[in-house]
Formats: sequence, structure tokens, C-alpha cells
Amino acid sequence: MGAFVDLMRRSRPARVGALIAPAMLIIGIFMVLPLGLMAYVSILERGINGGVQWGVHTVEAYVAFLFEENLLGELSVNPDYIRIFARSFILSFVTMAICLTIGFPAAFYMALQPEKYRNLLIFLVTIPFWTNLLVRNYAWILMLRSNGLLNEALLGLGLIEEPIELLYTNVAITIGLVYSFLPFMVLPIYASLEKLDLRLVEAAFDLGANKRRAFLRVVVPLAMPGIAAGCILVFIPSLGAFVTPELLGGSKSMMIGNLIQSQFGAARNWPLGAALAFALLAIVLLAMMVYLMRFRRPPSAG
Amino acid sequence: MKRMLMAAVAAGVLLAGAGAAKAEGELFLYNWSNYFPPDLLTRFEAETGIAVTLDVYDSNETMLAKLQAGAAGYDVIVPSGYMVAILIDEGLVQPIDTMSMPNGGLIVAPHDAPFFDPERKYSAPYMWGTTGVTYDSARVEGELEESWKEVFEPREELQGEIAMLNDEVEVYNAAAYYLGFDKCTESPEEAQAILDLLEAQKPHVKMYQSDGTIDRMIAGEVIMHHQWNGASHRTKNDLPTAVYVYPKEGITFWTDNFMVPADAPNPENAKRFIDWMLDPENVAVASNFTGYMNAIDGSAEFLDEALKANPAVNMPQEYADRLRPSIDCSVEARELRNRVWTRLKS
Repeated sequence: MGAFVDLMRRSRPARVGALIAPAMLIIGIFMVLPLGLMAYVSILERGINGGVQWGVHTVEAYVAFLFEENLLGELSVNPDYIRIFARSFILSFVTMAICLTIGFPAAFYMALQPEKYRNLLIFLVTIPFWTNLLVRNYAWILMLRSNGLLNEALLGLGLIEEPIELLYTNVAITIGLVYSFLPFMVLPIYASLEKLDLRLVEAAFDLGANKRRAFLRVVVPLAMPGIAAGCILVFIPSLGAFVTPELLGGSKSMMIGNLIQSQFGAARNWPLGAALAFALLAIVLLAMMVYLMRFRRPPSAG
Repeated sequence: MKRMLMAAVAAGVLLAGAGAAKAEGELFLYNWSNYFPPDLLTRFEAETGIAVTLDVYDSNETMLAKLQAGAAGYDVIVPSGYMVAILIDEGLVQPIDTMSMPNGGLIVAPHDAPFFDPERKYSAPYMWGTTGVTYDSARVEGELEESWKEVFEPREELQGEIAMLNDEVEVYNAAAYYLGFDKCTESPEEAQAILDLLEAQKPHVKMYQSDGTIDRMIAGEVIMHHQWNGASHRTKNDLPTAVYVYPKEGITFWTDNFMVPADAPNPENAKRFIDWMLDPENVAVASNFTGYMNAIDGSAEFLDEALKANPAVNMPQEYADRLRPSIDCSVEARELRNRVWTRLKS
């Protein structure tokens, strides 16, 4: 122990190494190791009864993602998985757009409140996290079903003649996703707007900008890091959503999460499940890279 | 450093947990959720002094995946018949020689020699049941035909009022029975016909859900539910107009069995538990709770009257030739089945 302390005191590289080590270990154990294992599983031969045959390699799972083999052994494009991926991306994108539309004004409003109210408002935004996601999704079932709160209210107000079918549709899935992920949009945008120097807005007005122009040219660019972070934090978890399509969508159509689960479950095809997860990862990484290259500017230029 | 310490401590606790299971007087039961009466566990603990820890799963495949991934520390698991054969094949379980247990002789035919474990060397029966259909007779004009037709080609009043189990195997099997195919068919044409049937049915299906089938029926959310017979019995307790159908084209019957994993930490306690559960009075308590029949001679006198009076549980003999065993299919057949299921939901 004494030698260790001594080393720490004398050597700067050793100190730096020791400080980085915990982070590296956590990334190594909780990210690289499981991901590496899954990557390996995705190129293994499936076991007859499920599981994998260790040491027998094949890229079959990746071929099966895009193509199917007909009786004559010819490959043709298999639209099923692509359609499920497309649905997931569309639903996630719509979720992200709605979250942004609701989340930005909410965050802006919060940021403009006197300081003592802000903490209360943040507190209110985080309250849903106190309850399990599953329970909150069940609550939405009670609200959306044909004799549920929403339909009863609309009927009572005379806005509709008979109950509208909301539950077990894509609309219900989107509502559930927006509800689940909205705080992830509000909080980062709030964080970037909170630091907003209002004198910059005043300066814009002094220089002849109207409200709209000041908002678009000053407020939005300054909030951009928060908007980008919020969009990513909403979009990517939505892609992997699993409980919401099952409960609010009535399992009538799959999202990527359900597809992967079915491969590890009833289909007993681990390699395909792992390959699907990696296809998703690759698409997301690609999209993020394009985004970073296309939109990222040095902070000073903001 | 604090976080690394935490990680190290967490890892240590996990390892210690696996080690502690070796201690005397413990039993780790891994069972389906909501499938064992809590009072009965307490009774077992009181009678034997063995402390039981219960963990639950929602499908055979979940349990299989966990064992294949190397999960250790379970003493007793409760797989269905086809999964028994797979577990034996994979070498994940150990022989327990059920027939030579003190209560082994009480197992009634045909459960003493099932196709998946003909000598009952590795497994002992727990409950058995069927996967059929329940409907609320109060909300349907007249009586429904005893056929899958009512499910797959529903009359108008049932359209949009049907819930199916969210279970690839059960839904596919039912469709195969209705069309008169082998449920393990390897013919792409037959699989296509099954897909066509399921796709035509889908607009009339309100949802695919395996959880909460009982509550859904009682709340009147749907009129008809693809359901297990025990769940149907529990539905009928609160909804007396519920009727369980044995479709004439065929209905899957399954057996759930006790088994002991190869690396069970307390195999002796596991066998003691299994023999205890073969006792007519004990297993009757389980039947009364789950709503399923057991396979033990002499348990009838301990069963609730409601259970004995309900044809969903106490199957009338004339339906016996409609029963089809739940079996595992070849890789090719399973591949077709999963493609049908994925396309249905794509």
C-alpha cells in the first residue's frame, strides 16, 4: 500500500491511469464485453434446441436479415424485417417530433420562470419516473380503452357520437412513447436554455429584430445542443421500445424490440436475434455519424 | 475508485449467492408465474424445515435460454412436456427416478409414461391442461359451434371482440388444427395457408396478449379469448356465463413437469419436494389454486366441488379423442412457424 501511495505521489502518468481506470473498467465490463459477446453470437451457428454451437461460424444470420431462401435454394429479398425496422423508425421519428413540439415550449417556459419556481418545475417533470414504466403503460390502457376516461370525456362533451378505437393502434403506441420519453426532451433543452443570457435577446431587439426573428436567430441556435441531445435521447430508446408496443399496441405489429425478443424466445434463434440487434446498432451509429459530420459546428461559431 | 469497489462488491455478492445455495435446508424453485399456491410453500417449509426461494418465468423458452446461458442455482424447474425432451437432450437436467419415489406409484396413466420421458426417469407430473377458447355466452346469440371456425372466421358479433394468446406456438397450432395440417408441417404451401388464415383473422383480433386473460374476460374487454383451461376456470369463478370450448378439429393438451437441473445445488431437497408434491392432498391444494388437473391417484376427494363440476377442468370423456399432445417440431418446421408469425406482425 505504501509503495502504491508513493507511486501515485511521484508519477503523473500513474495518477492519470488510476483516475481513468474505473471508467475504463466500467465501460469494459458493462459495454464492450457484453457487446463483444453478442457480436460473437451473431456469427455463430444456431443450436438445434436454441442457444448456439460454440466455435461453428457462419454469417447466415446476417443473410437471413435481408434475404430468404426459397425451395430451390435461391435468395430473394425478405421484406418482413425491413418493414418492422421501418415501422420502428417512423414511430420513433414521430415520437421525437411530437416530444420536440411539446418539450421545447415547456422547457422555454420553465427557463423563463423566476429561479425559485424552476426547481419545483424540474421536480414536477421528474415525478413520472417514480413509478414503474409498466404501471404507467397500464394506466394508459385504462385511459384509452373504448369505455376509458378519454372516450367517456369526449362522449360526455358531445364531441363524438360513439367511442373511437384508440387502444391497440399505432396512435396508442405513439401516445405511450411520447408520454414515456417526453422528460428526456424537456430536461436537456431546459439545461441549455437555463444558461441563456437574456441580454442577447434584448440586443437582438435593439438591432431591429422582431420577436420571431430573435427567437429563430438567437434562442434556437443557443438551445441547439440541448435540442440535439433531447432528440437523440428520445429517438434511440424509442427504437428499442418493447413494453409499449406490447401493451398499448396489443402486440398486433412488432417493433424491433419485440422482434429481437421473439428470436431469443419462441424462435430459439440466438444468432438472428443478435444480428438484428447489431443491424440496429449499425444503422443508429451511421445516422449519428452523418448527423455529426453534417451539422456539428465548432461551439464558438454558434 | 469507489465505483470499481462497488462493482467488485456486487460481483462478490453474486458469487457468494451461488455458493450459499449449497448450504443445508434450502430449495430454489423456478416456476411459471402465478402457478403455485403460496400457502402450500409455507406448508412445505413448516413440514420439512427446508426454506424455499421462488423465482418465476413466463415461457418455457425464457427458462431454457436462462439455463443455456449458464444460470445455476435452481433446484426445481417446471417445464412443459416438449421442453422436457429438449432439456434431457441438452443434458441440462439430472435423473431423479420418479417411479421409485415413495409416492411415485400414485401417478395415473397416461402420465406415468409420457412420450417425452417414457420411464419418468427425469421428470414428475405437476399439472396438465388444454389450450382452447373461452367465450361469454351472455354476449353471444345462441350457442357457438365447437370449432376453431368461430375463432378464425368469426361471426359478425365476435369481430373485433376476440383476444388471442400472444404465443407463436399456440396460435400457429390452433390454425394448423383448423386447416387439418400437421402442426409440425415442413411444407411451405401449408405454412402459407396458415399465414393466409391468420392474416384474414387479424383485423377481427382486438389484441394478442398472454397476460391478464382472466381479468380481460371478466372486465368484458373482449367476448372471446384464446385461453388455457385453468385460466378459463378462474374466469368462470367471477363470470359464471363463461364457456370453455374443446374445438372438434383438435386441441393441444400439455403437461407441466418437475425436473431437477444438472447443476442443482440441493438435489436431495429437490427430490424430497417433488415426492411431497406427488402426495394426493398436497397436489390437490395446487389444483384448487391453479384450476388445472393433476395426475395423482386419490387427489379427487380433496378437490373443490367447483373444479370437479367445471367441464373446462374435468374434461367430459367424449372430448378425449380431440386432445393433441404438445410436441417439439423440427428446426425446419420451427423456421416456417417463426416466419409466419413474423410476417403476421410485420
